[in-house]
Amino acid sequence: MGANRVVAAPRRRDDRAVAWLFLAPVLVGFVVFYVYPTGLGIYYSLTDYGMLAAPNLVGVENYRELVEDDKFWNALKVTGYYVVLNIAVQTVLALGLAVLMHRLTQSVAVRAMLLVPWLVPNVTVGLLWMWMLDANLGFVNHVLGALGLGATGFLTSPAWAMPTIAGINTWAYTGYTALLLYAGMLQVPRYLYESASLDGAGEWRMFTRITLPLLRPVLALVLVVSLIGSFQIFDTIAVTTKGGPVGATRVIYFYIYEQAFANFRMGYASAIAVVLAVLLGVLTAVQMRLLRASRSDLA
Amino acid sequence: MKAPTTRARVPLGRIAAWAVLVVAVVATVFPFYWMVRTALTPAADLYSDATGLLPEHPTMINFLRVLGLTSRQEARAAGGSGAKVDFLRYLLNSFVYCGLITVIQTQCCAMAGYAFARLRFPGRDLVFGVLIAALMVPPIFTLLPNFVLVKSLGWLNSFAGMVAPSVLMTPFAVFFLRQFFLSIPREIEEAATLDGVGGWGMFWRVVLPMSRGPLLTIGLTTAVWSWKDFLWPLLTGREEETRVLTVALGIFQQQAPNVQPDWTGLMAGSTLTVLPVLVLLVFLGRRLVESLNFTGIK
Repeated sequence: MGANRVVAAPRRRDDRAVAWLFLAPVLVGFVVFYVYPTGLGIYYSLTDYGMLAAPNLVGVENYRELVEDDKFWNALKVTGYYVVLNIAVQTVLALGLAVLMHRLTQSVAVRAMLLVPWLVPNVTVGLLWMWMLDANLGFVNHVLGALGLGATGFLTSPAWAMPTIAGINTWAYTGYTALLLYAGMLQVPRYLYESASLDGAGEWRMFTRITLPLLRPVLALVLVVSLIGSFQIFDTIAVTTKGGPVGATRVIYFYIYEQAFANFRMGYASAIAVVLAVLLGVLTAVQMRLLRASRSDLA
Repeated sequence: MKAPTTRARVPLGRIAAWAVLVVAVVATVFPFYWMVRTALTPAADLYSDATGLLPEHPTMINFLRVLGLTSRQEARAAGGSGAKVDFLRYLLNSFVYCGLITVIQTQCCAMAGYAFARLRFPGRDLVFGVLIAALMVPPIFTLLPNFVLVKSLGWLNSFAGMVAPSVLMTPFAVFFLRQFFLSIPREIEEAATLDGVGGWGMFWRVVLPMSRGPLLTIGLTTAVWSWKDFLWPLLTGREEETRVLTVALGIFQQQAPNVQPDWTGLMAGSTLTVLPVLVLLVFLGRRLVESLNFTGIK
């Protein structure tokens, strides 16, 4: 995208009237559905609001409860476990796929096929894999059976549920991530590879000496964006395990949802949301720094 | 020049690399194939006909019953729970939801993006800065108060309530389109000014027609995200009249006729969420795939 040039105006203009007209819909949407609820959310977190009666201010009571809430700490732990599993596997696989595409084929069809899991709703992805992994009738367990292995209740075992969810979402997002990395690789000048090849460098050497160093800004950005998305996992869990078995997949987003809409504790749910917002806010700030950095490096 | 003997050497590394890529594509596509294959299988065959690549007795009954085109008795006989399902309606609801958000949001954000890129008015950079800062607020945070707001407006289970928070803007779309408008050469607009085109006409008659590409890119992104939406429409539009496909699948899953979910029906319903995506890929695949660069990240 073009740089933000400062060009001297031919004459002093003031488009105030037209400008506010152009901005009106966006500003209305912004104030009513972003600014106002952000303030309201912080306020709710300091109240006992339960949607039935008017909220009463309770100070930092919700936050005090949060510190002693084992389920909250478990939700943080479980989310962290998911994020680490998901991001680690997904990034490595995506990087590998991106390199393969970059060095082998420009095919739009291949890229389009890899993108399909990202284009369909997470609800569909969740149901699809729930069926594939079904302990009695699922395709995967049939294959395992044919290989002489016992059937596994992937989503019903406390030990397996979270790695399985992480695997499902990795399946759904790896192609998308690979395409983003691939787009970054296309910005690396081709002649670098040609001259390295003439010098007798192998593919691995080209990857470690050319691709990886030049891709670093894009890679960092993609990583942070994936992290932010990963912390907000909800849909897949909502249709498959619903936080179970025994809280093994009750991630932070799901816990907020439960508190707000099953227990009607809007105030408490808001306090958890504040914690999550702070966490994600820091990550997004990092993302925006990287976005600027990657511009100046590769644009 | 290489010696003739090396020409005969089989490029093992390349073949292995291709093999890995093919495996990745198959692993990506196969579950979708299995989804359609299951949807075409009679529920009674699920156990006996569990691994063949093609169903032994292919049938359309699962699609017909989830689309509400059979009687409830027929639906129950084919493995349904007997509860009312009307995926034809949910499909239309999804199109309405997705279409409203995509068209109106893109239009509004284009107008704002243009104002931020080209028009001069006091407070421009401040307002833009605040708007971009909102990117840091995660959706779950505004979701709770927005739900309370929509509920108190009496907008639950109406399209108005469902699209309200996103129909006018997302900070990202404004940001993306502003960046594009900044990159248009000013000379074009200056020439139009000499022809007497003013601010309003400039946008509609000069700038918008030049911006089809980026508008399509951001529109596609918005369409994909709203097609995938689940939690917000679940909270605000559960009822039949406004139920979108993702919500319908979640509810349908819980109406299991017995211990086992109604897999053949679920896979037929799931197929309906994938078909429009495939149509999109066939017609706009190249643009969609190529729009994914790191500036297009959401």
